Amino acid sequence: MNKKIFLACFVAFAATFSTSSFAQAVKVKPVKKQTEARPVETTPSDLKTDVIKKPMLIPASGNQGSDWSSPAGELAFPALPYAYDALEPAIDKLTVEIHYDRHHRAYYNNFAKAISGTEFASMPITDIFAKISDMPVSVRNNGGGFYNHVIYWENLSPKGGGEPGGELAEMIKKQFGEYTKFVEKFEDAAKTRFGSGWAWLSVDPKNGELFISSSPNQDNPLMNTSERMGTPILALDVWEHAYYLKYQNKRADYISAFWKIVNWPVVEKRYMQAKSKK
Amino acid sequence: MNFEFPALPYAYDALEPHIDKLTMEIHHTKHHKAYFDKFTAAISGTELESKSIEDIFSNISKAPLAVRNNGGGFYNHNLFWQILSPKGGGAPGGKLAEAIDSKFGSFEDFKTKFNDAAANRFGSGWAWLSVKSDNSLCVCSSANQDNPLMDVHDCPGLPVLGLDVWEHAYYLKYQNRRPEYINAFWSLVNWEKVSENYQRALK
Repeated sequence: MNKKIFLACFVAFAATFSTSSFAQAVKVKPVKKQTEARPVETTPSDLKTDVIKKPMLIPASGNQGSDWSSPAGELAFPALPYAYDALEPAIDKLTVEIHYDRHHRAYYNNFAKAISGTEFASMPITDIFAKISDMPVSVRNNGGGFYNHVIYWENLSPKGGGEPGGELAEMIKKQFGEYTKFVEKFEDAAKTRFGSGWAWLSVDPKNGELFISSSPNQDNPLMNTSERMGTPILALDVWEHAYYLKYQNKRADYISAFWKIVNWPVVEKRYMQAKSKK
Repeated sequence: MNFEFPALPYAYDALEPHIDKLTMEIHHTKHHKAYFDKFTAAISGTELESKSIEDIFSNISKAPLAVRNNGGGFYNHNLFWQILSPKGGGAPGGKLAEAIDSKFGSFEDFKTKFNDAAANRFGSGWAWLSVKSDNSLCVCSSANQDNPLMDVHDCPGLPVLGLDVWEHAYYLKYQNRRPEYINAFWSLVNWEKVSENYQRALK
């Protein structure tokens, strides 16, 4: 490894990665942590902070769940419910910052643009997903990207980890056997999704059963293009952008780390809500 | 088995600053190598073992998914490394240049079309310039590790130029800015090699 070239290109990364496995793997000298480091070659001027109309995400301590009943055209881009570095070391600060502030925001903006002035703007986003096969591909890709990331951020927490409790724990045991069997099956869905996509735990509205699935790109189980439709209660993003800066080709390591930050109280709350709607 | 994992035809840092050394190293030794290993494991002991990869692709709809994903990943990266060069860039010459002008109007028009294909491929995939069976050129994109040789592709042909737009191809340096990576790609294209591919593809 030519350190000179590496450092020239990755000095900003090294600053934020000084304690990560990434830094160790490439033997970068620890660099003094710069808490305000910006992504390489990005400028703050192209960020649009004015799109935040009202916070929709609950705080990590909340458990109210997002309200998706409003017309899609009135949905706001939610604040991240924790700081960019809150999920360290499972997910590094720079990844969370770019993921939320660039990728997620772009999906939101493009979705808003795609439905603006159309009949879809007055429909709840869940109703849009239920008819997604008839929708323009920009609504599918960006609507999915907007919704999926809200679900994802919300079911992560710096205080996460452990195991689920309550009725969700009972249902997991009943359907999957031990909790570890459920973890294995979910991990399998996340690892075997080829290319970009998501792994899901959902509730089947027909019978209240839990099921694990994966979807390509920004599709989700609410879309009528899904093999089995349901209400997602746990989401794991396996697009490379979700983990590449820290884990590169080692998706399995990212998936293992995910369990340490799962916000089970939020997932339990979603389970109870989804179950009551069946 | 007649498949070999190819060495990279230049050093890992040879494509700097357009593609950084670490990206090249992980891309070749981890991603590409894993596709090769899984592809050879998937065909080992089957009738596919003795076939050419073009023959395998021409019936890919009937092959196991592991052959499609990993065979595509193996072949696509082989082509990708070949059509890049530290001495690349500029514009094509000879018959390829004539064919591009005749099909797309101009080299700039071709680039615009190719850039659109690469930028608009949602999720993971590739952008291609290929030669169709009637010898005409075609710009298209494919999902994941599919390619125009596969019988599942909507624009069948022989690829002569390919651009990897999986996030792993650019994320360490460009993150969410795929268009900047696509733009940098043109400084690396080995047009001599692409012309060779084109001549060979003509029937």
